[in-house]
Amino acid sequence: MAATEIDMRPMSLPAESSATPKAMPIAMSVRDLRASYGAASVLKDVNLEVRERTVTAIIGPSGCGKSTLIRCLNRMHEAIPGATCDGDILLGDRNALALDPVLLRREVGMVFQRPNPFPTMTIAQNVAAGLVLNGVCDHAVLAETVEKSLRRAALWDEVKDKLDAPGVGLSGGQQQRLCIARALAVEPRVLLLDEPCSALDPIATGRIEELLLQIKDQLTVVIVTHNMQQAARVSEYTVFMLMGEMVEYGLTRQMFTKPTDKRTEDYITGRFG
Amino acid sequence: MNDLVYARRKKVNALMFALTAVCATLASGTLLAILGYIAWKGGSSLSWSFLVNLPKPVGEHGGGIANAIVGSAKVVGLAGVLGIPVGVSAGVYLAEYGRGKYAFSVRYAADIMNGVPSIVVGLFAYALIVHPMKKFSALSGSVALAFIMVPIVLRNTEEFLRLVPGTIREAALALGVPRWKVTLFVILPTAGRGIMTGALLALARVAGETAPLIFTAFGNRFADNGWLNPIATLPHTIYTYAISPYEDWHNQAWAAALILMAFVLVVNVTARLWLRPRLT
Ligand SMILES: Nc1ncnc2c1ncn2[C@@H]1O[C@H](COP(=O)(O)OP(=O)(O)OP(=O)(O)O)[C@@H](O)[C@H]1O
Ligand SMILES: [Mg+2]
Repeated sequence: MAATEIDMRPMSLPAESSATPKAMPIAMSVRDLRASYGAASVLKDVNLEVRERTVTAIIGPSGCGKSTLIRCLNRMHEAIPGATCDGDILLGDRNALALDPVLLRREVGMVFQRPNPFPTMTIAQNVAAGLVLNGVCDHAVLAETVEKSLRRAALWDEVKDKLDAPGVGLSGGQQQRLCIARALAVEPRVLLLDEPCSALDPIATGRIEELLLQIKDQLTVVIVTHNMQQAARVSEYTVFMLMGEMVEYGLTRQMFTKPTDKRTEDYITGRFG
Repeated sequence: MNDLVYARRKKVNALMFALTAVCATLASGTLLAILGYIAWKGGSSLSWSFLVNLPKPVGEHGGGIANAIVGSAKVVGLAGVLGIPVGVSAGVYLAEYGRGKYAFSVRYAADIMNGVPSIVVGLFAYALIVHPMKKFSALSGSVALAFIMVPIVLRNTEEFLRLVPGTIREAALALGVPRWKVTLFVILPTAGRGIMTGALLALARVAGETAPLIFTAFGNRFADNGWLNPIATLPHTIYTYAISPYEDWHNQAWAAALILMAFVLVVNVTARLWLRPRLT
């Protein structure tokens, strides 16, 4: 299989080789997605498929539209005044752009660059917020969800004795894991992370990478990162974006060893960006 | 030459510094002077019976201002009940949903309202309620005070909601929570302390308003007689007693002023302590 012959259009993921992960079903697919802020067009015909229970990394220089792309996936993009997007986004076989955005966001959760726990809530309340605000009030269910989500976010042992302390009293890395737990508590099928480690030290970063590798058994992860090593460590698939275009999409291992596009190679080897 | 310039600059600096310090003392000293003077003049007439008794008939010595205390509490209380929800809701609208011409005009109107002389607001309440009902009433006084409160509460609520970081709003939306629940259960509580402080300060502000009550609540020398009758209030009682020809009433006016001042001060200090960020 010659890497140079790989067709990068949506339906043509790199063919499987014995060393590549087993191809999973498609969780989300994006076709001809264009997005803009007012008159400024930011995404140009992006095509992409995200496979179930894998980690897909999105890399590219600052301002190329990575955040815009993942914010389109759970339609947080349209919460910005004047922002529009068109094209097709499928969640499974449903048209995400035709779903109620509120319901879509319960299935496609999001973690942001800066940890943003709710300042008025305790640790437990933060984790339970998504359920409580949507009307779940059974205490047993909530307590169980809080513990389960905190465990999945690898934070339980550190906070189990102070669940009633304010969420903003935790360290930055703990706050970010709290935000991950909060997102996991509503049981999304897809979790989007926008540079979740950029405000964290290497140890906190390592914890989050570990937990991503664990949770991907149960859900699909899309992570935006500026850190090539991180993309290489946690992801199966990588998307390289440049100036609003998807330049290359393929298996991470392949992209980092034999990129098909000259621009990808330049970016990965640090020649620009 | 340079040394001379430097010495001159130092002198000018010292002079200006002294000037600003004197002005600062004047500004804060005024408060202390007012407080001290009122305490000195009013303290002597202040007694328990003054607080719990009704005014004596005109010409008789003694009596109290219980009716004015109750009246002020009722009129200001109802003004809060009417004005705070409207102000907070409008503030939420402006901060969370308000864009475009309509929001701009609401904001602009609120700012102008803040500067409208309170006696004009009183006249408006007179035209709106007193005139059609052909009767001065506690209700009309409350409405006048509520009109004064709304723009203050509105702008304060808007400011505090705008201080809530957008990332908090996004975090809640991204959990699949409908917009109105995000506003009501996440954003409002986050700004809650600031909003409540603003509401308290607005209450304290209108508690001392006299002009809008002259032709609305009107005043009454008897015990309060329901929302639809004239009612005594502290600032209005102070006003009528102070311009009366009786020495005894003058003293009572000072004592009433002391009570009003104490109330406003307590609310102010409470509100500010509340707003102060606390360590949790
Ligand atoms: N709210 C906004 N309003 C207007 N333009 C925006 C807005 N957000 C982003 N943009 C523009 O859209 C383009 C893409 O931004 P985006 O945030 O998606 O980039 P990014 O790849 O995530 O960058 P970074 O790595 O710095 O986070 C940029 O040129 C930016 O100026
Ligand atoms: Mg970004």
